[in-house]
Amino acid sequence: MLQKLYDWVDERLDITPLWRDVADHEVPEHVNPAYHFSAFVYCFGGLTFFTIVIQILSGMFLTMYYVPDINNAWDSVYYLQNQVAYGVIVRGMHHWGASVTIVMVFLHTLRVFFTGAYKKPRELNWIVGVLLFFVILGLGFTGYLLPWDMKALFATKVGLDIAASFPFIGDWIKVLLQGSDIVGAQTLARFFAIHVFFLPAALLGLLAAHFLMIRRQGISGPL
Amino acid sequence: MSNKEHDVSRRQFLNYTLMGVGGFMAATMVAPMARFAIDPLLQKKEGTEMIYVMDVKDITTEPQNKKFTVKKVDGWHKFDEQNIAYIFKKKNGDILALSPTCTHLGCTVAWNDDPAHPNQFHCPCHGGRYTKTGINIPGTPPPAPLGVYKTQVKDGKLYLGEVQSRGGA
Repeated sequence: MLQKLYDWVDERLDITPLWRDVADHEVPEHVNPAYHFSAFVYCFGGLTFFTIVIQILSGMFLTMYYVPDINNAWDSVYYLQNQVAYGVIVRGMHHWGASVTIVMVFLHTLRVFFTGAYKKPRELNWIVGVLLFFVILGLGFTGYLLPWDMKALFATKVGLDIAASFPFIGDWIKVLLQGSDIVGAQTLARFFAIHVFFLPAALLGLLAAHFLMIRRQGISGPL
Repeated sequence: MSNKEHDVSRRQFLNYTLMGVGGFMAATMVAPMARFAIDPLLQKKEGTEMIYVMDVKDITTEPQNKKFTVKKVDGWHKFDEQNIAYIFKKKNGDILALSPTCTHLGCTVAWNDDPAHPNQFHCPCHGGRYTKTGINIPGTPPPAPLGVYKTQVKDGKLYLGEVQSRGGA
């Protein structure tokens, strides 16, 4: 049945080369945990991507109930967590997944660093990876404010004060991020927009570049 | 052992197990989110409580415009909804509480405010008219009679509940 459907589409659109290009690539022995168990360290990049997929999915579903407004944000989070079926699980996936993503990014970075995989000709991919790291930290920072509880508020105040300590332009950065002279209604709206539109767009673009480069250059050789 | 002795080849076996395990993992991820998203379909509907509107002894045969407040809960948003009922006693003594929402396009009808058609409910939007008991008058836009509030009389007091539609005609 599925095979017939696939054949019908393939006959018209010739889709086989499309996924063959993606799926067919060499996986060298030194990165395959089936040969050397210690090669599991090569999984952290894929695991980072896996957690990012979970973050995007759970985040999409959370916005069905969440409202980025100072009067309703906390109540909408309370409602989706306590009144909506599996709300505590979906929010939990996003909450804990955020930390897991950062841990995985860190482990992936360590693996790349200690195997020297960042060296020529892969410097550009290292740079894109560092940008991805900053984008993910930004997602963590902006997402932290959204539940609009006391922890969120004061963590954001501290974060913005750190931004304000940047030489010369610190105060501008703070106002730009805050959107106001206090952490308030405009900050919440702004952080929401950054969290769900701007940074995810940057994230997807950088991920595409990251994956294209690894496919073009292949996995770095064994130590 | 060669593959020929088996109905399932090594490649097929690996395909099935990997797809099965992968599918299971994807399902455990997506199932809670799907249930989360379709929750409005499955939320239990709470019956609206009956609200005290007026004393039975004050009800006349002339429809009276009575306002009353219903506490509504919409997710995290709680608000008071202002409702209007036209309340009167029918000839046989039954109490009728009509909803003033026109069944044409939802404007609010008024009682006896059109000099050309006395003792009728009249809708200002498109000239829809209803008889005193809320039956839509043929030749005017409304396709159905006015809705009726569920009524309950207790200790000489009238309580109103949900509006019930009286169908189309």
